[in-house]
Amino acid sequence: MSEKIDEVQVRKVAKLSRLDLTDTEIKEFTGQLEAILEYVDKMNQLDTEGVEPMAHCLPISNCLREDTVTDSLGADAILANAPQRDGDFFKVPRILDDNSGA
Amino acid sequence: MTDLDYQVIVGLEIHVQLCTKTKLFCGCALEFAAEPNSRVCPVCLGMPGVLPVMNRLAYEYSVLAALALNCQIAEFTKWDRKSYYYPDLPKNFQTSQYDLPLSYDGFIEIPLETGQSKRIRIIRCHLEEDAGKNLHTSGSHSQVDLNRTGTPLLEIVTEPDMNTAAEVKALAAELQRIVRYVGVSEADMQKGHMRFEPNINLAITKDGKAYRTPITEVKNLNSFRAVERSVEYEIQRQLDEFLEHGTTLEMGNKTTRGWDDDRQMTVLQREKEEAHDYRYFPEPDLLPVKMNETWLADIRSRMCELPLQKQQRFVQTYELSDYDAGVLTADRATAEFFDEAVKAGGSAKRVCNLLTQIGLKMANDKGVSLVDLGVSCEAVANLANMVDRGDVNASASTTIFEHMVTTGKAPAGLAEELNLVQKSDSSELEAIVKKILSDNAQAVEEAKSGSKKAKKAQGFLLGQVMQQTQGQANPRVVSQILGDLLRS
Ligand SMILES: [Zn+2]
Repeated sequence: MSEKIDEVQVRKVAKLSRLDLTDTEIKEFTGQLEAILEYVDKMNQLDTEGVEPMAHCLPISNCLREDTVTDSLGADAILANAPQRDGDFFKVPRILDDNSGA
Repeated sequence: MTDLDYQVIVGLEIHVQLCTKTKLFCGCALEFAAEPNSRVCPVCLGMPGVLPVMNRLAYEYSVLAALALNCQIAEFTKWDRKSYYYPDLPKNFQTSQYDLPLSYDGFIEIPLETGQSKRIRIIRCHLEEDAGKNLHTSGSHSQVDLNRTGTPLLEIVTEPDMNTAAEVKALAAELQRIVRYVGVSEADMQKGHMRFEPNINLAITKDGKAYRTPITEVKNLNSFRAVERSVEYEIQRQLDEFLEHGTTLEMGNKTTRGWDDDRQMTVLQREKEEAHDYRYFPEPDLLPVKMNETWLADIRSRMCELPLQKQQRFVQTYELSDYDAGVLTADRATAEFFDEAVKAGGSAKRVCNLLTQIGLKMANDKGVSLVDLGVSCEAVANLANMVDRGDVNASASTTIFEHMVTTGKAPAGLAEELNLVQKSDSSELEAIVKKILSDNAQAVEEAKSGSKKAKKAQGFLLGQVMQQTQGQANPRVVSQILGDLLRS
């Protein structure tokens, strides 16, 4: 069913995930991903006709919380793991084009 | 001579910030202009092992807004991860909704200048989280504040049913009115509570052949003016581009542009090739939400009469102009105040005049809303009746209204106190008029003459009566008496 994964695809996914992989790693992961996808392919042999697609592995829903304020951590704790800070801000390399926003 | 015709096609994507107290997945407070990174917790940061839990109110607000937009509410909805990398997105994905949004297939009626309304279809409304904020400093670095991460946003996507920039603006304004009416958002543009992204292109007919220009999306517009201006700008730009270079939809992909407010123009944004490869997948840390009849009925019970319905009712029932009805229904509290004042016995037209010409002006000057002026709707109804009966004239009603605001006293007492009660008692006024007539024989003769001077003379006599009564006579009653006496 599914096409085999090749190095080009692995390089693309690595790039999308901002991972800098060596050629050896690319080869290694291509092999591993191929094995995983082959296994997934097996499941395609199952007859899933008329079976609802599963949205979540737990058979529960509606786990909601009330709109009640709890304490935040405070800037110092939040910034403790940051490589760099600028006052109470995270300091990051200059962002050129702002395509952000939801 | 070429034969050219075109139609503008615009669809909108809108993000509305919901006015919950806390974020979508954690209890961090939503607070405008808080100290940087002071409203952040491990859930906001997407630390390993944390578990986000959906804010019930945010979900209910979304459903309420979707109902107000005539949407179908999904019985089953789930959330998905939208993957992209950006410094303001600490989790490296945004929790959003992909294939099973909480609502779909709705519409919004937008009021047009003509007084008619137009139906714009809504494809879907879904609930997602906002990202943080990047601040661009002048140096070689940027600053990131994550207070905004996880803020609940309702994303609304319309069909491309708008055909003018004015319609786009009308939709933006009507949506603002709706979400405020149902109380799910403050919809304060200055605070970025509403952001608009129009998708614009043109369907052109030239010499009998049909063309489409490439679609452009203008990102992150946060004022009605910018929305309208950017659409106007794009229409002209796309038309020029088509006429000069023949650029059509088939020749290129959708492009993204930003709005440069200083230069009043849209600017092409550089985008990475893979920018739209979001690799959505189901969010394993959040459970789906199932809607049931009881819950939906409960949410539905919080619905109110919507602004456009109210506006149309004011026009039909109270015979107000569409303009006045629009002013009164701009916000829900003012509209309800008006309704109550009419119920308390004031005539609709008079109450409308008092509120639009005096009350709203005073409120505006004081920087408060009408209902916070400290004047009751009964007092306004009483004042309206006093004007209608002729107890006080229109200019006196302004003075009385002003004193009602400053002193909190009732209008009848104030009219006495300020000596603003008009004399409408005909026998008393008749005596005064008779005296004026006997003192001004020449003017009476002219007034009776039917010549050109008659009108002027009658005005003079009226003026004399008003002077005699120190402006307290009801001019309508005086005119009546004067006319009768002059004819006799
Ligand atoms: Zn948090």
